[in-house]
Amino acid sequence: MGLGNMLSDGFLTTRLDEVINWARKNSLWPMPMGISCCAIEMMATASPRFDISRFGSEVMRFTPRQCDVMIVAGTVTYKMARVVRKIYDQMPDPKWVISMGACASSGGMFRSYSVVQGIDLFMPVDVYVAGCPPRPENLLRSLLELQKKIESDRTIGDLLRREKIFIPENGPAERVGTIS
Amino acid sequence: MNQLILEKLKVRFPKSIEGSDEFRGDLSVRFRSEDIVKVCQFLRDDSDLNFDLIVDICGVDMYRPEGRFEVVYHLYSIRNKKYIRLKVSLNEEKPVVDSVTSVWSGANWHERETFDMYGIEFRGHPDLRRMYMPEDYEHYPLRKDFPLMGIPDSIPLPRK
Repeated sequence: MGLGNMLSDGFLTTRLDEVINWARKNSLWPMPMGISCCAIEMMATASPRFDISRFGSEVMRFTPRQCDVMIVAGTVTYKMARVVRKIYDQMPDPKWVISMGACASSGGMFRSYSVVQGIDLFMPVDVYVAGCPPRPENLLRSLLELQKKIESDRTIGDLLRREKIFIPENGPAERVGTIS
Repeated sequence: MNQLILEKLKVRFPKSIEGSDEFRGDLSVRFRSEDIVKVCQFLRDDSDLNFDLIVDICGVDMYRPEGRFEVVYHLYSIRNKKYIRLKVSLNEEKPVVDSVTSVWSGANWHERETFDMYGIEFRGHPDLRRMYMPEDYEHYPLRKDFPLMGIPDSIPLPRK
């Protein structure tokens, strides 16, 4: 019986998980991927009236290297999809994605050749937000949903079971380039 | 004013006018596609007409056997406060027309957009690249035979 087995789901790791998850969920720094009108609501969410800083997410960073959660706010075209994916790939782990609004989640009213019909076609999404555009309250709700999700992550357990983490054979997508 | 414009054009280009039309006070004149640069030059430089602003250049896909494509030029004279519309027809096999960037440099992006959406080539254009679609894209989205949702897998998405 190795140390890994002892630690896997024991008292120590679960308590540590709780501490780490608590820290992570209360300081989610967003990457404001505002690409159309949803971005206006996202800015309103950061304003004093709705005040996203109540949930520890007021630090919008314009460099992906300092971000935890990407808020994709707007219509993603095929041309833009490469850019969105590149920025996502540049964010350090652990990272999450909120798909804000109808366009990002499903293409919305743009059922057309130029618009990607949902960003989940090329990147993982944690929370979808309905609305066109969603009200700031709705975005805050999605942030709370994400916090709930992070609460139940098994951080340390996953570290010890690292061999089980799935890494695609060919690395990230073509045209995006690998981040080493 | 419209009569004056039409008279001047008829005197100057008797052979290249293919028809004209007036709708709610705006004149549109149809020309042979070979003469479009000369016509534009004349409309800009004539001291009475003075069409100094290119408002828009766009394409139309009529989807018919003869003269499938049309290019429509919208000109404006700031001094006379007057619009005019010029039209040329192009056939499907070889949709080529001379570029008017030598007359108005503002035509540059209008022509690029028309090229991007319809595949109409502008001869003599300084920089005829795609405007909106990816540069390696092979289709022309506003043609009538292009499906609304595009051609599957014609634009690669990043792999998940």
